[in-house]
Amino acid sequence: MKVLVAIKRVVDANVKIRVKPDNSGVDLANVKMAINPFCEIAVEEAIRLKEKGIASEVLVVSVGDDRCQEQLRTALALGADRAVQIKTDVAVESLGVAKLLNAIVTKEECGLVILGKQSIDSDNNQTGQMLAAIGNMPQGTFASEIEFEEGEVRVTREVDGGLQKVSLALPAVITTDLRLNEPRFASLPNIMKAKRKPLEVLSPEGLNVDVTPRLTTVSVVSPSERQAGVIVSSVAELVEKLKTEAGVL
Amino acid sequence: MTASILVIADHNNEQLNAATLNTLQAAVELKAKTGSPITVLVAGAQCEAVAQQAAAVSVVDKVVLIEDDALSSQLAESVAPAVITLTNAATYSHILCAATTFGKDLLPRVAALLDVSQISEIIEVVDADTFVRPIYAGNALATIKSSDAIKVLTVRGTAFDAVAATGGAAEQSRFSVSNSNEMSRFVSEEKTLSERPDLTSAAIIISGGRGMQSGDNFPMLEKVADKLGAAVGASRAAVDAGFVSNDMQVGQTGKIVAPDLYIAVGISGAIQHLAGMKDSKVIVAINKDVEAPIFGVADYGLVADLFEAVPELEQTLS
Repeated sequence: MKVLVAIKRVVDANVKIRVKPDNSGVDLANVKMAINPFCEIAVEEAIRLKEKGIASEVLVVSVGDDRCQEQLRTALALGADRAVQIKTDVAVESLGVAKLLNAIVTKEECGLVILGKQSIDSDNNQTGQMLAAIGNMPQGTFASEIEFEEGEVRVTREVDGGLQKVSLALPAVITTDLRLNEPRFASLPNIMKAKRKPLEVLSPEGLNVDVTPRLTTVSVVSPSERQAGVIVSSVAELVEKLKTEAGVL
Repeated sequence: MTASILVIADHNNEQLNAATLNTLQAAVELKAKTGSPITVLVAGAQCEAVAQQAAAVSVVDKVVLIEDDALSSQLAESVAPAVITLTNAATYSHILCAATTFGKDLLPRVAALLDVSQISEIIEVVDADTFVRPIYAGNALATIKSSDAIKVLTVRGTAFDAVAATGGAAEQSRFSVSNSNEMSRFVSEEKTLSERPDLTSAAIIISGGRGMQSGDNFPMLEKVADKLGAAVGASRAAVDAGFVSNDMQVGQTGKIVAPDLYIAVGISGAIQHLAGMKDSKVIVAINKDVEAPIFGVADYGLVADLFEAVPELEQTLS
């Protein structure tokens, strides 16, 4: 079974982002970038499936400009077999990404798609579900465990207030939650080897997919900054202030 | 026929989830801009009681009930086609659902089947097609305008006050669908059995960080939590150190919370963590390091050894 993993290049989770002074967006100049943490979990899960002999090949895909090749190479160093960059210099919305991924799933006849549940930049939490809809596939979102049995995949999902198990026919789409696994680090020899692994560059036009945006970003602003409050001297004073001043106890 | 605003109810076939009342407030604000009536869709199995509850909500104009045994576990693969069938039979300008795991799972599937983009977790209605939503875990707020004919929106509950659950008498109708879902099946559900509230819905949260030193010290926080009816959370540092499990993590890659009171104990205040809790109404920090960044966002800071302060806090609350 061929497994497709989609990854996104995003601002590193430890970077404090700044809104551009003209409020047109977030300033990404000279900022450290990384694979979106949830996508990293997706890559790890796919590699584990290959190690278990369930996946025959792990194909990693990213949509973006040439800089996303850096993240594709990282995924190859982690153990993916082959990479595809769908090259575009403009931001593509989740719906467009889902359509592009569906074109690859069809072309490559993938049996399983694993994606992060959301990216930590746009926080949309949409692409996996949209891909499942467009490809007429079932979806196991917010997965914390995946098991295979007789042509089906059983997914444990993190839902509000607990866990839900669903069984999905293949091909299926799975989106990862934090507890699914702990991603490995790439070793130096594997980083070197990854440079020679195949990386194919495709385009939305070549895949015959219209990615025209439907949404316009009117403005991006910083949320109102929280001001530091007061330092209290004792637990008694703290409780007193929470009761009388803040009114939360 | 005028278009209406469709709110998809989040429910468990017996009870309307309270988050739907917050979503309805967003619908009320849309109605004020557009004049369109508000329809609530209740889709499930043997869920007429939920339709009754929805009809009793003061702001609801109409309730549509889709009852089908195939919808009992409300999987997105079966609910989404039912929503599409309904949208083919009536005109909707907006489709809203709470940004619960139900809504987050379902709505993008609906949006894609309608070939429209979704705007996730809106926190403000600017006008009929413009909305504010947090990006970068709330470190920036984006105002987004949609050019799609149908606006598909999930609504962040903490940003809208709940509407009154009673006082209404909406018109009720039934709608039937004939979709079959061969691709997915519900297996089981395991609800977390805890006396404590869920992190994402708790009014009070007490969280521990690396300063807790060990998972064995978390019962100290649990005792305080039990006095306050609070949930217990943790920072990524505490999770990475193996003190507690991942599902307790509050932060950019964990759970985003906004309780009335957030008590951070032994948490330095890494960006990762602040992103997940800075929208809390009141923040308390207990840390022995006066330089800890958490004090920069805390309304009340206590510079103290947590191993003395936390037991004392528990005592004081008794």
